[in-house]
Amino acid sequence: MTTETAPTATTAPFVPTFDAPESQGRKLAIICSKGNLDMAYPGLILANAALGEGVETHLFFTFWGFDMINKKTSGELKFTMLGNTATHMPQGLGGIPGMTHLATSQMKKAIADLDVPEVPEFLDQIVASGGHLWACRMSADMQHLTETDLRDDVEGIISASDFIELTEGAQLLFI
Amino acid sequence: MPTTTIAGQAVEVNDEGFLTRPDQWSDDLGTELARLIGIELTDDHWKLVHFLRDDFAHQGETATLRRVSTQTGTPIKALFDLFPGKPAKKMAYVAGLPKPKGCV
Repeated sequence: MTTETAPTATTAPFVPTFDAPESQGRKLAIICSKGNLDMAYPGLILANAALGEGVETHLFFTFWGFDMINKKTSGELKFTMLGNTATHMPQGLGGIPGMTHLATSQMKKAIADLDVPEVPEFLDQIVASGGHLWACRMSADMQHLTETDLRDDVEGIISASDFIELTEGAQLLFI
Repeated sequence: MPTTTIAGQAVEVNDEGFLTRPDQWSDDLGTELARLIGIELTDDHWKLVHFLRDDFAHQGETATLRRVSTQTGTPIKALFDLFPGKPAKKMAYVAGLPKPKGCV
């Protein structure tokens, strides 16, 4: 890879390979199945990173992941200590009224401090970067939601088979 | 540290080809770095490249794509149009800076 020169007029400059043929055509599919604030971010961050690397990226929202693209809930995702031993706090604390609200505010502040956008704005950025958003047909039917309930940039409510078909050859992440 | 010759100037680069010494950069070199990756710099490009240079001088690290977008008021889509494929890395390369470390 490296070129130890001998700078002469005939030496070709050593330039990064941004558009290497082997990285062309790479595709990533991310299935977002969670509606908690803390579980919304991994998919968003990875999608954003992949798009920044020129990878064609599709996000499929299913089950609780619908909260990420439902206009009513997208900006209102919450973080709870309950059932999450990684907070290393007594589980009983998580059940105190107002604790989920507090934990959510703290997490939102920590995320904002890193200049990472909130969920709706992050999805705006992902779509602006060329990312594709898809909603799960069965989840829509279960929750009695239609396209009008979802972000306008969701490209469609599609079946699981449709999603598998359109992500042929893609690497896949389930979150 | 490997060196390579760009626009008749010997510059130090890392193992990926990114310049490692911001002080070796100049507008002329930036023009040539851009040409080498297939980009002809317009005023819109220069605005971003100069922002990256200034921001690096103050922050000590390369701005992420989001930071470039929010600080310069340039829509993300426009950044992808100006530096297609891998905008954050291409921009950093043209500005003679390390690639950004931030995740978002």
